[in-house]
Amino acid sequence: MYRNTVLICGGTGCHSNHSAEIYDKFVEEIAAKGIKEDVLLVKTGCFGLCAVGPVVIIYPEGAFYSTVSVSDVPELVSEHLIKGRLVERLIYKDKEVVTKALSETNFYKSQTRVALRNCGVINPEDIDEYIAYDGYQALIKVLTEMTPEEVIQTILDSGLRGRGGAGFPTGLKWRFCRNAQPDETGIKYVCCNADEGDPGAFMDRSILEGDPHAVIEAMAIAAYAIGASQGYIYVRAEYPIAVSRMRIAIGQAKEYGLLGKNILGLGFDFDLDIRLGSGAFVCGEETALMTSIEGKRGEPRPRPPFPANKGLFAKPTVLNNVETYANVAQIILKGPEWFASMGTEKSKGTKVFALGGKIVNTGLVEIPMGTTLRTVIEDIGGGIPNGKKFKAAQTGGPSGGCIPAQHMDVPIDFENLAAIGSIMGSGGLIVMDEDNCMVDIAKFFLLFTKDESCGKCTPCRIGTTRLLEYLDKITSGKGELSDLDEMEKLCYYIKDNALCGLGQTAPNPVLSTLRYFRDEYIAHIVDKKCPAGVCKALLSYEILDTCKGCTLCARNCPVNAISGAVKQVHKIDQSKCIKCGVCMDKCKFKAIVRK
Amino acid sequence: MARIKISKVPFAGTPEQEKALDAKLAELKLVPGGLMPALQFAQELYGYLPIEVQTKIAEALDVSLEEVFGVATFYSQFTLSPRGKYQVSVCMGTACYVKGAGDLVDALKVKLGIESGECTDDGKFSLIETRCIGCCGLAPVMTVNSNVYGKVTTNQLDGIMAEYK
Repeated sequence: MYRNTVLICGGTGCHSNHSAEIYDKFVEEIAAKGIKEDVLLVKTGCFGLCAVGPVVIIYPEGAFYSTVSVSDVPELVSEHLIKGRLVERLIYKDKEVVTKALSETNFYKSQTRVALRNCGVINPEDIDEYIAYDGYQALIKVLTEMTPEEVIQTILDSGLRGRGGAGFPTGLKWRFCRNAQPDETGIKYVCCNADEGDPGAFMDRSILEGDPHAVIEAMAIAAYAIGASQGYIYVRAEYPIAVSRMRIAIGQAKEYGLLGKNILGLGFDFDLDIRLGSGAFVCGEETALMTSIEGKRGEPRPRPPFPANKGLFAKPTVLNNVETYANVAQIILKGPEWFASMGTEKSKGTKVFALGGKIVNTGLVEIPMGTTLRTVIEDIGGGIPNGKKFKAAQTGGPSGGCIPAQHMDVPIDFENLAAIGSIMGSGGLIVMDEDNCMVDIAKFFLLFTKDESCGKCTPCRIGTTRLLEYLDKITSGKGELSDLDEMEKLCYYIKDNALCGLGQTAPNPVLSTLRYFRDEYIAHIVDKKCPAGVCKALLSYEILDTCKGCTLCARNCPVNAISGAVKQVHKIDQSKCIKCGVCMDKCKFKAIVRK
Repeated sequence: MARIKISKVPFAGTPEQEKALDAKLAELKLVPGGLMPALQFAQELYGYLPIEVQTKIAEALDVSLEEVFGVATFYSQFTLSPRGKYQVSVCMGTACYVKGAGDLVDALKVKLGIESGECTDDGKFSLIETRCIGCCGLAPVMTVNSNVYGKVTTNQLDGIMAEYK
């Protein structure tokens, strides 16, 4: 028995902030103090509250320590682990209130964790911990008590829809594939889409890093349901920790007889391989992903034939997203009614969102469908930092749209988000404040989709380039009012004619910002001003006569564009200035203005 | 689509590298869809994919060089020119972008005197803009080789770059 359990977050966010060194320091300190027998150290997956990482939680107290550094470890060991006193200085403070346990924080109170149930709870590199939390129970139940048809019916009844963004009913997908006639080889495949390409979305990464066995178990269940014996997980190469944990998990599952030939002696075979992406956003599209697994250029192909009939290597294939799979075992164990009791009429269960951008609690949250954006941003997210005003929330990444303040009380589900011009997407939720220019954001996404367009179909390849040219023209102060109508026309043309989801949704960021922030476009075109002060061609920095000559701005300028003697008014060389605004932020006398 | 930039630096593979590649290719020849893993392995081994290596892969896997080149230039993580000793990457995911990653790139271009995707003449630094690396809680994020720097501001750049002088 251990007296204390110390959980150290090993998610990518905390890992980048040296949580691995913190773990090593704990090992060293605990050994030095001779309490190795009393303390269990666990490196877990993501806790979700990445903003205050690295995070350490010590049980039985459940003390939630935030922004821990390596040098804090000796104090945590000698004070908390040896003397039993909380180190108050490091305890997380929720809006200035000292909050002892994780579950008491505003960040966690409104969440319901289904897909993330084990993230930050178990050691993802130890299959025994997953099994202790009912792991592989659902697979055993399916193999011993249920027919494939019953499994599919259970998933259908639960109302689970694809979490990758499009929201297609998962059970229906499985049924199509079960009913598909295989060729003479009889081969079918199960695939997992872990090519999380939406910038600002990291829920799939956290699930793979924090609970990899949940995905393996669900894929085995899907394989049983459709009659497949081989699966592939396609992971982005940008996620090295996720890949390594997945590899460990697959190895352990094979060792335990939960993957491979004749699983648990029940006559069911299922094997799993990992394939890595190599940085192509379009590979998140299902047909492109399969083409990439085949070792080719990841270009999409027309549908039909749908993957359920002719997918990977032209065999019937089921492809689901990581988060979708993470719900499956729970649905089998707790029943479809339990899952369907959460959410709205057409969108059941929960959804994980990655909160990022101008928000206090950046991190990962899981909420029941139907929660409002206001709850997510103000209560869970802790609002906008630095007293700034909320301008918009962007969902769905480059395929989605911007939701303005007037729609903050809309319950989040697939249908409602589509109705207000955005999409659910995979779950990235980026908050923007008054300092963000919406024309610039539209341009940012178009630059992304233009770069990532695979080039196979003309509407997407040429259309996104043309759209970007309009946006470039507007942000450099050369736009005309007629451009707005032309852009809109082009947007609908691309949507109607592009081959795959990438092109069909690429105009969404432009359309949604035109719909809600047309006044900003007009300000760029008519007044030649960027109201948020972002578009560099439309602004300049100048030093006023009130400059005291303190030299602070000159010393901080990253490109040495500021000159002037001590106690003399300084001057900015406009040809060198990159308009980063550091000088204005640094000036203590408000003597630098943006025009 | 990937920008194609072919290096003029002569290929300098070692016999050990060649042996490792041969062994991997023999294994991948039997794997359906083995071309991607082969390119990933070779890039890891050599740091980039010179034409000599592409030719070798094409021969070993019995696919045309055209197909190998097509795949190598389709994916942004494959590079046909060598990287600097220190690869400076700025995350240009949305969360980083709205928090000023673009300013970091602009400042780094000036400091290093190169455009993104290029390498300094002394082979020391290369600069790239990467897709979201998923540390959105630390935005804006930049990495130098495997060292990650979070919540970076332009006036911290001199300090960070000084670590690699």
